[in-house]
Amino acid sequence: MSDHFVRTTHAPAKPAPRIQIGWVRWARENLFSSLLNSLLTVIAVVLLVVMLPPFLDWAFFSAVFSAVDGSACRVDGAGACWAFVEAKFGQFLFGRYPDAEKWRVVLTLILGIAGLAPLLIPNRLPRQWLVAYLLVPFPILAFVLLSGGFFGLEKVETSDWGGLMVTLVVALTGIAASLPLGVLLALGRRSEMPVIRMFCVIFIEFWRGVPLITVLFMSSVMLPLFLPEGMSFDKLLRALIGVALFSSAYMAEVVRGGLAAVPAGQYEAGKALGLTYWQSMNRIVLPQALTTVIPGIVNNFIGLFKDTTLVLVIGLFDLLGIVQSNSTDPTWLSPQTATTGYVFAAFVFWIFCFGMSRYSVFMERRLEAGAQR
Amino acid sequence: MDAQKKTMIEIDHINKWFGDFHVLKDISLSVRESERLVVVGPSGSGKSTLIRCINRLEAHNEGRIVVDGIELTEDLKRIDEVRREVGMVFQQFNLFPHMTVLENCTLAPVWVRKLPQKEADELAMSFLERVRIPEQALKYPGQLSGGQQQRVAIARALCMNPKIMLFDEPTSALDPEMIKEVLDVMVDLADGGMTMICVTHEMGFAKRVADRVIFMDEGEIIEIKPPQEFFESPEHERTKLFLSQILDN
Repeated sequence: MSDHFVRTTHAPAKPAPRIQIGWVRWARENLFSSLLNSLLTVIAVVLLVVMLPPFLDWAFFSAVFSAVDGSACRVDGAGACWAFVEAKFGQFLFGRYPDAEKWRVVLTLILGIAGLAPLLIPNRLPRQWLVAYLLVPFPILAFVLLSGGFFGLEKVETSDWGGLMVTLVVALTGIAASLPLGVLLALGRRSEMPVIRMFCVIFIEFWRGVPLITVLFMSSVMLPLFLPEGMSFDKLLRALIGVALFSSAYMAEVVRGGLAAVPAGQYEAGKALGLTYWQSMNRIVLPQALTTVIPGIVNNFIGLFKDTTLVLVIGLFDLLGIVQSNSTDPTWLSPQTATTGYVFAAFVFWIFCFGMSRYSVFMERRLEAGAQR
Repeated sequence: MDAQKKTMIEIDHINKWFGDFHVLKDISLSVRESERLVVVGPSGSGKSTLIRCINRLEAHNEGRIVVDGIELTEDLKRIDEVRREVGMVFQQFNLFPHMTVLENCTLAPVWVRKLPQKEADELAMSFLERVRIPEQALKYPGQLSGGQQQRVAIARALCMNPKIMLFDEPTSALDPEMIKEVLDVMVDLADGGMTMICVTHEMGFAKRVADRVIFMDEGEIIEIKPPQEFFESPEHERTKLFLSQILDN
């Protein structure tokens, strides 16, 4: 009897049991790992079987892709009225911006992307110049191009702006203003100077305490009452300022969380080396604080992007607003028109928000790999 | 001791409170150029607070502190001047985790001393060589051992060419096998004539390099003596008790 065994030949590697590899393993681990999970998998499959075919039928097989008016969509059993979206596409993008001037919007977009894209893609270009370009010359250029009235450009009233263009103008202004303002407010709230701290606390708590819809109403209805007669600001500009201040208060609280996560020793090391307050904030504290709160910052951006739909209540037509107002167009009236429009608007919003979300994941991974902590 | 050497730090009857707690009680101390002081004492005795007052990480409430002829007051400009003269090494290293070792070392020379980046790089490399880790220059602090991190922290402080170095329990957070590499660097620095104040529990280091050992307890300086006298014939009961406690084990 022998109770041990010494191998005398090399053991060749055998293929793993089928249950350990490939889709079988994947399914076992992800779909049927427990009784509850198996049950949920079955329910999910049933739901898909029940819901997917009607949706596909609505969105594609019975959908109306081209038509000159809504009559084709009014037919019984007709699906999504994509022809409506196609016919109104220009309006969805630009609102009532004059056709002959639309190149200005496109040019603004290109100028913006030219500044933003190199910032977002990792490279060795001087970032401070890009940021400076986006914060100072670009907004001025964008203003001149979009609203006109200078250099022979025809003036386009903001009441004629609309669609995705307004959504982007409001959201990007909010985003671009809220991050720097939020950082300043967060630093102010942690300041040792009581006056600055008090001001920041009051500011933040005021804007966080009121709903955005109230801010927008205030800016469009109340503000003109307080201003001297004959003095008036553009409605869009007032909304922009309202949105920027509102979102900067939220941003301040996110950034404050990040600042609190930086160990006190980092502040002390900066001081001990003789760095000034701003030097140590810029070089030491903020890079670490902002990195920790990237998910929170992007969360705010996404929230802000979707909140722009609220400008509808003060009579500005963002993407959702213009879709909504067009869906009552008698030419295109049909049971499917409004639904199709909303699905389209939802899809566009989803693309932007999902894009931001994925970008934040990418940044987090990259920074993690960079710092190798 | 050489009485002709000039006074680097003059601490004159300072008091400090944390809230109601009287943490430094009427402390006076004078440190001459190139002098090496070691401060010992039980935890909570105010040793760290004392040296943190010297570069104004803590503000004293009463009395005067003059560092290299500059009195520390509320005046931010003077505080910055003093901080440029005084290097500090912390228990927790406090390296900047998002920067490489080299960037850690060049940050202050570039932004405070306004050195061109290239000169700062060369300066930093020379100090990294002095603390014997030039090969780690491009790594991030998180990739180094505790002992290596602390040596980087020393190099980072030295890059500002300080006249005084403060060490706040530099080896307390280290694994035992790494303590020596840090102490070796500190001994090397002491031999080079740096004015140093070290808060430490390393009695061997105190015996080896200190000109004077200071014993603090409950916010007071109880005893100041050259190391040999301090360890062999302490005067006060509290000093004897403390020494018997730490030397027994």
